[in-house]
Amino acid sequence: MEDGGRKVSKQVKQLDRVIIRFAGDSGDGMQLTGDRFTQESAVFGNDLVTLPNFPAEIRAPQGTLPGVSSFQVHFADHDILTAGDAPDVLVAMNPAALRANLGDLPKGATIIVDTHDFTPRNLTKAGYAENPLEGDSLAEFALHPVDLTGMTVEAVKEFGLSRKDAARAKNMFALGLLSWMYGRPTESTVAFLTKRFAKVADIRDANITAFKAGWNFGETTETFVVSYEIKPAPMSAGVYRNITGNLALSYGLIAAGVRSGLPIFLGSYPITPASDILHELSKHKSFGVTTLQAEDEIAGIGAAIGAAFAGSLGVTTTSGPGLALKSEAIGLAVMTELPLLVIDVQRGGPSTGLPTKTEQADLLQAMFGRNGEAPVPIVAPQSPGDCFDAAVEAARIAITYRTPVLLLSDGYLANGSEPWKLPDVDDLPVIDPAFATDRNHTLDNGDEEFWPYLRDPETLARPWAIPGTPGLEHRIGGLEKGEGHGNISYDPANHDFMVRTRQAKIDGIANSLPPLQVDDPSGQAKVLVLGWGSTYGPIGAGVRRVRKAGYHVAQVHLRHLNPFPKDLGEILARYDKILVPEMNLGQLSMLLRAKYLVDAVGYNHVRGLPLKAAELADAIGELVSQAENVNVNLTVPAQEALS
Amino acid sequence: MSTTDIGTDLPLPGLRSGIELVPTNDQPQTGKEYTSDQEVRWCPGCGDYAVLKAVQGFLPELGLRRENIVFVSGIGCSSRFPYYLDTYGMHSIHGRAPSIATGIATAREDLSVWVVTGDGDALSIGGNHLIHALRRNVNMTILLFNNRIYGLTKGQYSPTSEVGKVTKSTPMGSLDHPFNPVSLALGAEGSFVARTIDSDRKHLTSVLSAAAAHRGTSFVEIYQNCPIFNDGAFDAIKNNDTKADAIIPLVHGEPITFGVQDENGVGSKGLIRDTETGGVKVALVADVSPEQLLVHNAYNPDPSTAFAISRLTDSGYLNQSPIGIFRQVERPTYDDQARAQISTARDAAPGTPQDRLAALIGGGDTWTVV
Repeated sequence: MEDGGRKVSKQVKQLDRVIIRFAGDSGDGMQLTGDRFTQESAVFGNDLVTLPNFPAEIRAPQGTLPGVSSFQVHFADHDILTAGDAPDVLVAMNPAALRANLGDLPKGATIIVDTHDFTPRNLTKAGYAENPLEGDSLAEFALHPVDLTGMTVEAVKEFGLSRKDAARAKNMFALGLLSWMYGRPTESTVAFLTKRFAKVADIRDANITAFKAGWNFGETTETFVVSYEIKPAPMSAGVYRNITGNLALSYGLIAAGVRSGLPIFLGSYPITPASDILHELSKHKSFGVTTLQAEDEIAGIGAAIGAAFAGSLGVTTTSGPGLALKSEAIGLAVMTELPLLVIDVQRGGPSTGLPTKTEQADLLQAMFGRNGEAPVPIVAPQSPGDCFDAAVEAARIAITYRTPVLLLSDGYLANGSEPWKLPDVDDLPVIDPAFATDRNHTLDNGDEEFWPYLRDPETLARPWAIPGTPGLEHRIGGLEKGEGHGNISYDPANHDFMVRTRQAKIDGIANSLPPLQVDDPSGQAKVLVLGWGSTYGPIGAGVRRVRKAGYHVAQVHLRHLNPFPKDLGEILARYDKILVPEMNLGQLSMLLRAKYLVDAVGYNHVRGLPLKAAELADAIGELVSQAENVNVNLTVPAQEALS
Repeated sequence: MSTTDIGTDLPLPGLRSGIELVPTNDQPQTGKEYTSDQEVRWCPGCGDYAVLKAVQGFLPELGLRRENIVFVSGIGCSSRFPYYLDTYGMHSIHGRAPSIATGIATAREDLSVWVVTGDGDALSIGGNHLIHALRRNVNMTILLFNNRIYGLTKGQYSPTSEVGKVTKSTPMGSLDHPFNPVSLALGAEGSFVARTIDSDRKHLTSVLSAAAAHRGTSFVEIYQNCPIFNDGAFDAIKNNDTKADAIIPLVHGEPITFGVQDENGVGSKGLIRDTETGGVKVALVADVSPEQLLVHNAYNPDPSTAFAISRLTDSGYLNQSPIGIFRQVERPTYDDQARAQISTARDAAPGTPQDRLAALIGGGDTWTVV
């Protein structure tokens, strides 16, 4: 490369995987930067997993530790399962971003710092007594202090922006630099910026110029002498896109509407981290999707129940605190036996808890958080892309069995992303709403009546007769029903029968579930790791580490939490030790212990972040050691340790 | 002039009716067809019986297909109402009927949607849903049975009970200042707000007709006597000796007068502007010129006068109350507009849903692995 007459020799190194964390002030555009880098990597063909991490405050005080927002992307030339435990590269836009993330970096990690904000004032705000860029406190890292802001302002000066506006393009400069360093294709980002700032030409041009300047800086400067190549990952043939969990879930709901022929009715109240589903569905009215932003959580589900009674696929979306408010209405849907989807994108609790952080602590609320015996089926997606299939499956159960269904996503799935192989729309299940059209009961005198609680003998589902259907006029409600005719009944024996029947209907859903997939390649494992939801990635990565070190371990991941699949008990009985990793204090463990009388061992963290694969591997190793009575050493050459 | 007059046209001239998209019946109907096979279980003498009879008698007059009528209720004595009507119905949970009805009315333009609620259900536990239904103007009719007491839970004070009410939960008298349901509905942007009485079947029926014909949320407060826990609460407006002085009849286009009537049907008292407060007040007709008498205009786009009239309702023991249609104005309904947005989006999107679904999920940046 020619640079002012000097030859800068650039070396290209092969890597199999890299974890980069972009960190800055919550106003610095780090989520956008990470998202663009992710899109570039997806288009390039790497496998990838992302972990956005941001404060609940929209604009926390500038330059402070609570205001730091970050986006971690893990990309590789092979199939990966997590966003990675520790970043290989940290891009820190200010002192607070450096300080907040330094503790997560392993020795030897690369740090790229924007030196511009390392002023005495900002250093103080971040809690630094001395400038860490001076002295040797960062000696164990590969530190690259670069004036990203200064160079950005210089690069875009031709557009005549204010200094503040010019400096705002620094995130694109950083993106350009990282894109050069890892050989990312740049076309999609240029196209994105062109579209995003189409109406403000100078901002558009400044961002594109900053992005290109960052790339060129990497290519010409002597600061960076190495660039890296991470080859595309082998994936099964098909068309892919990168997708977040909330987007995949929204598409899954639309798909369920198309495949059932039912209009979708979403009643929802905005709540982090579920609001994106409301936003997304509100864009798709052409599919017959109605979205009502209700006055509160209860009205959201109330309207969805009303729409379900009227023949729509009723949906309500929320997070933990909202689910608590919806409890009574879910009970009404249980009693009236109407199809309904209740989507809980879980976040840290209790109470307001950690709105922007992830957790799995609503399982028992979903299971039992209602008065009376009110069983509700529960399904959970295991990855961002899997939210699509989970939504379709939840709709299948709701419509087939005339029941509310709880779908438990979480903040990590909602905002995290992964490459997603597009499903063939024709292969998606067809869901038959099978509305009632005729009277179904003959009286002794020969007269025909409609009995709203006369059940299908196989599924125990009641008929769904919607207003406008002549001859099927009927009343439903929250009071106990008489079996069959559905009139109010206070009869003791009838109540006992109806309570058991509602339970039997939900239990019977297990008859429609496929056998569990047991991942036990050697067939010799004595330890089974059983999980649900977004822990799929860390569990899979932990299991791989243990196997890579030469030990046997089996893995099963549950899509259905209620009812459990029929073969779960038999599978649990096959293993000596059961490890149940969860981002709660042992809620699935409690259910397993109660139902199967097994000694499930919990592995529990509630840090608001995904479980770490390395720590999980140690916990699995410990159980393997006990089960097989051997010493377990998981240390393998770093090069071979897949993640 | 009689109190059964309401004075307004059904619906407002030139406007869309609340039931114009609901299929009609080609055969005459009877009240019996609207009577379900369930035994009515209100207390003897309950005002709810009269309202049920009036509704069962009135529904055939609408001429709608029975299967296209839906009654939704919450919890309370009045909320048992749907069980006794042979239409589609849902007896839901406490206070939430307006939200459920919002879902039904928005999902289906071909249904006539009714909410039956009480003063506790609508104004206490469900107050939020009531005001938001009114502001959205969802096409439904809300019948609020106001007996100024909690009946089903056996006699606690309600949000419309007078201050000082001695009940099981307020042995030294209640401290809560009551809501005036009509004032509340007007303040919540209600487009149709009326008040009627359980025992005046003709007036009740005429108000129900106007409410059904109104496109948007029709709010009807029905004074209803609870003979067990609050008997006599409305005696002043029901007793033949006192009702002329107690009821202020609102008839669109007529001067508002009440009290002993002269040979022309003009009452001894009338409403005039109160220049001091900007509101309205009662004056002796003999003391004022005829031009000073307030002529009722239910169609007034400005709700201020309707609100001022609603304030003439006693908040303590009821010795005086305006009765009739306070307000009936046109405003676009939430559900019509929501459906219009969907039609517009649909019309702009060519292709089958299946093809559009494939295009949707394949949108954004994609790449192909071979």
